[in-house]
This record gives sequence, structure tokens and C-alpha cells, in this order.
Amino acid sequence: MDPVLIGRWQFGITTVYHFWMVPLTLGLGLLVAILHTMYHRTGNEVWLRATKFWGKLYLINFIMGVATGIVQEFQFGMAWSEYSRFVGDVFGAPLAMEALIAFFLESVFLGMWTFGWGRLNPKVHLGVLWAAVTGSWFSAYFIIVANSWMQHPVGVELIDGRPVMTDVWAVLTNNTALAATSHALAGAVSVGAAFLLGIAWYHLWRRRVDGIDTVDENGRVVVGEAPLVPGRDKADYSVWWKSLRIGGWTAIIAFAAVSLTGDIQAKLMYEQQPMKMASAEASCHDSTAFSVLTIGDLSSNSCDDVTPIIEIPGLLSFLANYDFTTEVPGVSNLIPEYEEAYGTHMPDDPMYRDYAGQKIDYQPSMFVTYWGFRLMIGFGALAAGAAVFALWVTRKGTVPRARWLAHLALWGITAPFIANSAGWIFTEMGRQPFVVAPNPDPSGVDGVFLYTAAAISPSVGAGSLLFSLISLTLVYGGLMVVELMLIIKYVRGGVVSAMPEMDTNYTPTVKTSDDDVLSFAY
Amino acid sequence: METLPTIWFVILAVMWLGYLFLEGFDLGVGMLLRGFAKNERERRLLINTIGPVWDGNEVWLITAGAATFAAFPMWYASLFSALYLPLTLALLALIFRAVAIEYRGKAVGRRWTEFWTWAMWGGSLLAAFCVGAMLALTSTGLPLNDNGDNIGGPFAWVTAEAFIGGLGVVGFSLLHGLLYLGLKTDGEVRHRARRWAVRGGPVMLLPIVVWVLIVQLSNDKPWGWILIIGAAASTVIGWLLARQGRELGAFLAQAVFLVLGVASIFSNLYPNVLPSTVSPEFSLTVSNASSSDYTLGVMLIVAVIFLPLVILYQLWAYSVHGFRLTVEHIPPAHEVPVAIRSHHEPVGARDSGGGHRDARDRPESAAGE
Repeated sequence: MDPVLIGRWQFGITTVYHFWMVPLTLGLGLLVAILHTMYHRTGNEVWLRATKFWGKLYLINFIMGVATGIVQEFQFGMAWSEYSRFVGDVFGAPLAMEALIAFFLESVFLGMWTFGWGRLNPKVHLGVLWAAVTGSWFSAYFIIVANSWMQHPVGVELIDGRPVMTDVWAVLTNNTALAATSHALAGAVSVGAAFLLGIAWYHLWRRRVDGIDTVDENGRVVVGEAPLVPGRDKADYSVWWKSLRIGGWTAIIAFAAVSLTGDIQAKLMYEQQPMKMASAEASCHDSTAFSVLTIGDLSSNSCDDVTPIIEIPGLLSFLANYDFTTEVPGVSNLIPEYEEAYGTHMPDDPMYRDYAGQKIDYQPSMFVTYWGFRLMIGFGALAAGAAVFALWVTRKGTVPRARWLAHLALWGITAPFIANSAGWIFTEMGRQPFVVAPNPDPSGVDGVFLYTAAAISPSVGAGSLLFSLISLTLVYGGLMVVELMLIIKYVRGGVVSAMPEMDTNYTPTVKTSDDDVLSFAY
Repeated sequence: METLPTIWFVILAVMWLGYLFLEGFDLGVGMLLRGFAKNERERRLLINTIGPVWDGNEVWLITAGAATFAAFPMWYASLFSALYLPLTLALLALIFRAVAIEYRGKAVGRRWTEFWTWAMWGGSLLAAFCVGAMLALTSTGLPLNDNGDNIGGPFAWVTAEAFIGGLGVVGFSLLHGLLYLGLKTDGEVRHRARRWAVRGGPVMLLPIVVWVLIVQLSNDKPWGWILIIGAAASTVIGWLLARQGRELGAFLAQAVFLVLGVASIFSNLYPNVLPSTVSPEFSLTVSNASSSDYTLGVMLIVAVIFLPLVILYQLWAYSVHGFRLTVEHIPPAHEVPVAIRSHHEPVGARDSGGGHRDARDRPESAAGE
């Protein structure tokens, strides 16, 4: 079996999985910090409950991001040692900055926040949460700086065939990195927003079908309470109502930011990696039209097998260059350009293993790039559309009793997740066959590129790679079930699940002289 | 002499020191969850002694890994790819351990808690062993060719040195965990921790001492002996202090032992970072494995600013949670209510069983709608 292929699957699975946890951590973290700030400002119990409830879900998810993140830090060296040797001088720096600047901040201060209720001065307690969230956001920036260097290598000089960093500022302000960071962060906020929206909808719906909240003849909400059920009072309504509105508006703002930053990214992609753009369009020849639907056998990766069905003339040119006439180069015209610049065959060097001397296929997977691009845009827009719809439907203070709408709201949470994953899979697979993409753009550095086939660890065999692929996938799959189970459990329990003190069935049996029972304990 | 690579070699030694010192007791506490802790209350007490701080401690490992990548990419690439299988195990162990700490208390039920207890115990043990084996191998060498690639096959790491290093970190962590519990807890657990440390300490430290001696004897740097004598003296002092019940003193003596032990290993290793057992000319050294001076310089500035800052706020975090915990501090487990429902009978339904039963046993309280 081909170690490169196993290694790529292993990296892809672990990284995509990691990036299910990460956007929720980034987006929900920001929202929890805002909720906590509202509580700090107003002292209103509703905000406290919201902070505790969403904070609990945030923590359940956070740990999975941490656990799967450790793998990321080590697997470059483990499976991709040639890559690590090649890029080490420039690529390791942002990773080390991420650990030193961002990860410490995030983990130390989140521990302080979790255990800090009633122990820290309220202002300090709020501050530590913001410090933790800032840490998370900075970690996103640093890791994307590293990733963007693979998309658009800058700030280096080629010495003895190896890129050596000469300008760290250029690496840190790589235009690809700035665009991708803002895009990814906006995408993460949309995940957090959909999470609030969907779950808050569920609880408002439960209150309605349980007969607590009703509507008057004008359709306006009449808030009620169920005195016998801990946690189902009037303030509980406000927790969900405010969460729903915050989620809805945040989703819309996030989508606007995603669109703007995505647009900037498309321009950069057109300049820096034209092949990725062409492949994402399944466009064989130079064109100005954006494909809405292309049929045929995309997986054959051959231009002869696909037919554009619906196209919007001029839109592709606008995406690439802000006009309606620029001819965006197609795959057929780009391949000769790449062959001329980088050769038609892999060097006949043992480091390329099975690929040595093979003909190079410069075209990324058309199926993945074409559909990855469209799933990203489609599900991103769907999430925003759903948020607009939700805000309109709930304008009179609560949600309808319809069960299917509640299900839809919950399933809607998956939309921005899918958009996030699709976007990353698109941008990473669109970089193939390179792991470090060469840039025709004059701002790139000539000759700095590396084929994925040359990046794998020469000393690691297919068996070892397969072992880690299978074991990590199984463990990740199992943990996914556990995480979902816990999230569902805590969601169904409502605010009480995060605030045991509200539960009349829960009586702390411990009596201590100094009243120093931990306000939170594992 | 290569100044910047040498400085970075020292910084990396400091990072591994930070990791072993801080996560050492986390791992030890994890391993004490079975055997040492007598009941569920005590297990929860143990977990909560490291609860607020363990994640920050683990970042030292991430930082050591990432800083190795930045400062010595050849070392990072050769060591991690040669140890592919044990590192995969270490990662799996760390995953289970991290998730166990957070999820163990998130549901009530015997099987659930027991599963995560095993996960944390086994995860801590395996992680400590694998990290120890990795550090032992980087100090004693691997069969590397001229490209720095392991030519000994996927099991080249199965050596006596790796085994001793693995046991070394396991034993050290166990003792470190006991000394930490002596500082962080009170009552029965505190006294038991001290008893165990006094009785078991010498055995627990034996393998790490053997590792230090192996590195010393095979490199034979004269100043290494001075460090080793200092380390030996501090363990004896630490043991005497522990026996007298001076917990802080014993903990600090253990810290001094670690500093001197790590210093002796790394200074014996220098200027190698990862010797090749095939031929000395293939050995990775501070000069042939390091990044360019520019990169090292940039990263030095970052480290000089942020490393002290990290240590400062981590110290603050410890000071906020600096009090002794007892089983009485741990609130009882809260069973998250099965889906909040508000028909008229559910409250009674929830009360009927009393106590905290397995959520699975509980009937759904509402008649569906």
C-alpha cells in the first residue's frame, strides 16, 4: 500500500475531526464571554444562567479540541519528517508561537474560569475568560499563518534547496494568512451562532409543547412557569429567548463577514493558486462564468467527462478580479504552464519512492474541489438564511409548536459545521499535488515548493501508518459518540444541568465548618 | 561554539524540565487513582487537586514539541518519525486522559465512572512511560542513517534504555504525585500519601537514577558527576524531610533532584541532540539539526518575552488554588436531569428513586406528546 495515501488519510481524518471541535470552541467561547460580560454589567440572573449553561457545553466541547489538538503538534514530525525537515526553518516558528503565546493563555485561564466561580473577584473572573478566548483566537491565527505559508510561501530565501526564513514579519502578515484567519474566525462564529439558535429554539419549543408558554390572540407570547419543575420559571424563558435572538443576529453578521473575507480569499487564490480555482470550477478552458451545476463524471478528473449545465456569466471573473470580463484560466491551459515551470515528471530520486520518475498530475481532485467549494458556500448561505427565517418567525416572542421546525432548528446546527469542513477540505485538497504550493505570483518565492509525495517520513512504513490511522479513527469515532451523548444530555436537562444549585432534588449532603465546598468540581 | 543553537538547547531542556515537573504530578495523581484512592470520594478529591491546572501543565509538552520543531527541525523530524508507534500510543493515552478528567464527572453511573477511571489511570501510565522512553532514546541514540532516518525498523525503539527511561518517568511521576498530594490535600489522604512516599520513594526513583547513570557513563562528562552527586544528595534530603512530615521541603527537594537530573542528562548529551547508534557522524547535533540563526533569534525574542510571562501567570493560577483540599470540599455528584419536562407528575417521578442512580435506569418521566 502507498504510505503517502495512508498518511494523507490519517492527516485528513485527524485534522478535519479536530476542526469540528475548534470552530465551536472559537465561536461559542466568544459568545459565552459576551454573555458573562452582560451578567457582569447587569447582575441579571438571566445572563448568569445563560453563561453557565452555554459555558458548560463550551467546556464539554473544549476538551475534545484539546485532546485532538495534541496529535496535530506531533504528527508533522511523525508521518511527514521530510516535510518537517524541508519547512522546519519557517514552519516551526508559528507553531512554537502558538504554543507559547496562545495555548498557555487559553488553557491556564480557562482552568481559572472553570474553577473560579465564587473564588475570584468577579471582575478578574470575567477577565480570565476573555484571556482564555483571546488565547483561542490567537491560536487560530498562528496555525493559519503556518498553513498559509504552505499555500503561499513568503519571507524566505532558498538556500541549498531549502527555504530559510529571512523575514518573519512577511510570514506573519502573509496576505493569505490574514484573509484565511478572518474567514475561518467568521466561520467559527457562525458555528457558535447556529449552536445557540438551534438549542434555544428547542427549549422554547419544549416550553410551548409542555404548556408553559402560550400565545395570545395576536400571536404574542404569554410567558408562564411550571413551579414544580426546577428551572422552568419565567427567567428560564428569557435565557432561551435572548440566546435565540443573539444566535440569530450573530449568524447573520458572521455570514456577512464570511462572505467578505471569502471574497478576498478568492482574489488571492486566483493570483496565487490558479489551478485550485480552475479545479473548483471544473472549468477546462478559460472562462468568465461561475458554474452553478456541472454534471458528468467529476471523479474521472478529466475535462472531457464533465459538462457545465447552469452557469452565471461573469460571476467567476467577479470572484477572481472584481470585473465581469477577466478570463479565468481553465485546467487545460494551466497544466502546460505548470509543466513548463515545474517539470513533467517527478525527479528520479529515491526520496520520491514509488513516485520517482512518475508523470506529475498537476490537477487536484476535481470532484472534491468542485463540490467542496459548493458545499461550503451552500451550507454557509443555508445557515444564514435559516437564521433570517428564525428571527422572522420568532418576532412575536416565541417559536411555533411545530415539531418539525424544532427538529430543523437542531439539525440546522450542522450546516455551518459542514460549510467549515468543506471549505478546509477544498483548500487543502486543492493544493495537491503539492504540500507547499509554488506561487506564480511575484510575491511568492520562486522555486519554493514541495510535492506531497516527497513529504512523507522515509522510515515509517505503511503498517505503522495504518495502525495509527485505524486506532485514531476508532478512538475519535468513539469519542464523538460520547461527546454528542453528553451534549445532548446537558442540552435536554436545560439550565439546571449546569447549575445544580437550582435543582431541588439535589441536596449537597456535605457539611463543612469553613463553608468551602468547591463551587465547581470534576 | 554555536551560541544560538546552544541557547535553544538549554531552553528546550528547561521546557522538558517544566513539563516533567508540572505534568509529572498530574500523571502521578492519575496513576494513583487506582490502588491509592480507596473510594469514589477520594478519587474525585485526587482529580480535583489537579483540576484547575492540569491543562496548563500539559501545554508544556506541546510547547516542547513545537519549540523543537522551530529550533531543531531535524531533531523533531528524526526523533518523532523514528518513534512513530510509541508516540501514537502516547497520543492515544493523552487523549483518553484529557477526556477522562473532563467527562468522568459529567454523568453518574458506575460503569461510566469506572471506564473513565481506567482511562485516566491507564492514560497517565502509558503517557508517562512513552514520554520517558522517548526522552531516554534521544539521550542514548537511535539507528539513524545519514539522512537522519531510522533504519532499525518500526520497533527500533524497543530497547533496554527505552524501558528504563519509561519506568524512570513513571516512577518519578508516582513519587511526585504523592508529594503533591501531601501538599494539596488534608486528612487521611495526606497522611497516606506521605506514608507511601516514604516507603516507596527509593524504589520509585530507582529507574530514573539508572537512566541518569547510563547517560553519564556512556558520555562521561566530568561535571556530570557533580550534578549527579547533587541530585543524589537532594533525594536523600527529600526522603528524610518526607519522613519528618515536612511536605514542602520534600517536594522542593524532589524539584532540585529533577533539575539536576535533567541537567546531567542534557549536558552529557550536548553537543548531540540525538546520537546515531549507526555511526557518530550521522548523529544530530545542535549545529547540524538547528534552524538558521535568524529563526533562532526571532524565536529567542518570543521565548524571552513569553516564557517568563507564562511562568508568572501559571504561578498566579497555582496561588489562587493553593489551599488544601479534603474530601469534604468535594460536592456530591449532580445527576443531570433526564430531559426537563413539565407535565404535572414528573417531579414525583424524579424523586421516587432518591439518591443518584444510573441515568439509564430512569424511566422517561413524561408521557410523550
